Amino acid sequence: MLARRIIPCLDVRDGVVVKGVQFRNHEVMGDIVPMAQRYAEAGADELVFYDITASSDARVVDKSWVSRVAAVIDIPFCVAGGIKSVDDARRILENGADKVSVNSPALARPELIEELEAAFGRQCVVIGIDSYFNKENQRYEVYQFTGDESRTRNSGWQTLDWVKRVQELGAGEIVLNCMNQDGVRQGYDLEQLAAIRSACKVPLIASGGAGAISHFIDVFQQADVDGALAASVFHKNIIDMSELKGQLRAAGVAVRNSFGE
Amino acid sequence: MSRLIIIDTGCANVSSVRYAVERLGVAVEVSRDLATINSAERLLLPGVGSASEAMKNLAERDLITTIKGLTQPVLGICLGMQLLARHSAEGDVDCLGLIPAEVERLEVAPATRLPHMGWNQITPADGCPLFSGIPAGSYFYFVHSFALPVGSWTRAVCDYDQSFSAAIQAGNFYGVQFHPERSAAAGARLLKNFVELPA
Repeated sequence: MLARRIIPCLDVRDGVVVKGVQFRNHEVMGDIVPMAQRYAEAGADELVFYDITASSDARVVDKSWVSRVAAVIDIPFCVAGGIKSVDDARRILENGADKVSVNSPALARPELIEELEAAFGRQCVVIGIDSYFNKENQRYEVYQFTGDESRTRNSGWQTLDWVKRVQELGAGEIVLNCMNQDGVRQGYDLEQLAAIRSACKVPLIASGGAGAISHFIDVFQQADVDGALAASVFHKNIIDMSELKGQLRAAGVAVRNSFGE
Repeated sequence: MSRLIIIDTGCANVSSVRYAVERLGVAVEVSRDLATINSAERLLLPGVGSASEAMKNLAERDLITTIKGLTQPVLGICLGMQLLARHSAEGDVDCLGLIPAEVERLEVAPATRLPHMGWNQITPADGCPLFSGIPAGSYFYFVHSFALPVGSWTRAVCDYDQSFSAAIQAGNFYGVQFHPERSAAAGARLLKNFVELPA
C-alpha cells in the first residue's frame, strides 16, 4: 500500500537551516547537510528545502548546497525558493534534486507551471501555496512573498480557485501551507485541508501547525492528505521519527517501515 | 576504462543515480560515447520526463541502435525502464522494443491520486537476482503516471488500484519502475545486486 509520507521541512537562509514563528524572527537551527542526513537516517520519507529569502529579494541565490545534499541523501528531496524559470529549475534538478517547488513566481506568471511541466514532466513540479484564513471575510486567501514580511501581500486568489488552476496548468503535487497555523504547533488546519482535498487530484501535502504526534494522525485520518510536512517539532526534537511512525502505524495509518524491519 | 557506465540520456536524474552508485563505493562514469558504452561491463539507463522527449534525446545522441545491441546487463530506471518497452502511450511513441509490452497510463479510481508518488510496497518474483535479500513488502520510492502491465517480463509487482510491473527483465535487459537511487537502504541493496550480477 502507498505509504503516507512524513516530510521534515528545512527552511534555508544563507546556507543554514532556520526557523521562525509565523514566518518571522528566524533563528538558526543548524547546517544543511548534516541535518538532512540525520533526517534521512531517522526514517524521514522525503525532505523539502525552502530557500526562504530567494523569492522575496530578487538576488541570484547560491544553490551549490543542492548537490552536496544529493550526494549524501538516499531519499527524495524537493527544493523551493527563487525558481522563476525553466533554467532555474534545470540547474536544481541537474544538481540532484528530485522536484522543484514554486510559489510566488507561479502567482506572478502562472504559465511558468506549464513550462516546467513541458520541460520536466508533472512529477517534478510541486506548487507551494501559502494560504491565510481571513476572519473578516471568512475566506482562504493566497499570499505571495511570505519569506519577507515587508513584501508579503495578498495575491488576489482564493485558495480553492488557485488549487484548481495550478492542476490545470500542470502541477504534480501541492503543498498547502496554512499560515494561521505555521510555527505555533496547535495542529494542522484540518477543516481547510479537507476542503482542498476534495478539489485536489494530485498528491496533497499538509504544512503548518504540527506540534504533537496526534496532529499527524488527525491530518491523515481526517483530511486524507498524502504527506505531512513539519519543521520545528523535528528540529527541536519534540517528536521522534520512529515514535511518530510507530504511533501512526498503531492508529492504522500506512507508513513506511525501514528496510529490514 | 570504467566498468559501470551511466548512459547520459540528457535526463535530469543522472547525477542522483551517479551519487547512489558512488555511495556503494563503486566507480562509475557518465557517458554518451558509443565506444565507451559498448565496452562497459554493465550499464544504467536513467530517465525522468516524458517518453517522447527521452526517445528524441536517444535518437539525437545516436544511441538507439547501440542500446538495442548491448549484451551486457542493462538496468533501466523509471522512464529508462519504460523505454525498454515496444511502445509508450505517453506521447504515443515507439520505444526500444526490448520488452514485448506497451506502456499504458495507470488506470485508477476517481479518488486515487496521480501521479503515483511516494513509497509503495513491492512483491518480487522468486529467484530474481535483482531482489536478492529484498523481501516482499519492502518499500521503494515511485513517481510515475504510466506503467508496464504485468506479464512474462515481470520480476516484481506493485499495486496502485491496479497491479503493474515494478521490475522487469528480458535477457540482459532489466528495468525498475521505482527510483532505487532514492529508495534508501532497499534501493541501495537493489543497485548493489545489479552491480554484482554476473556480467
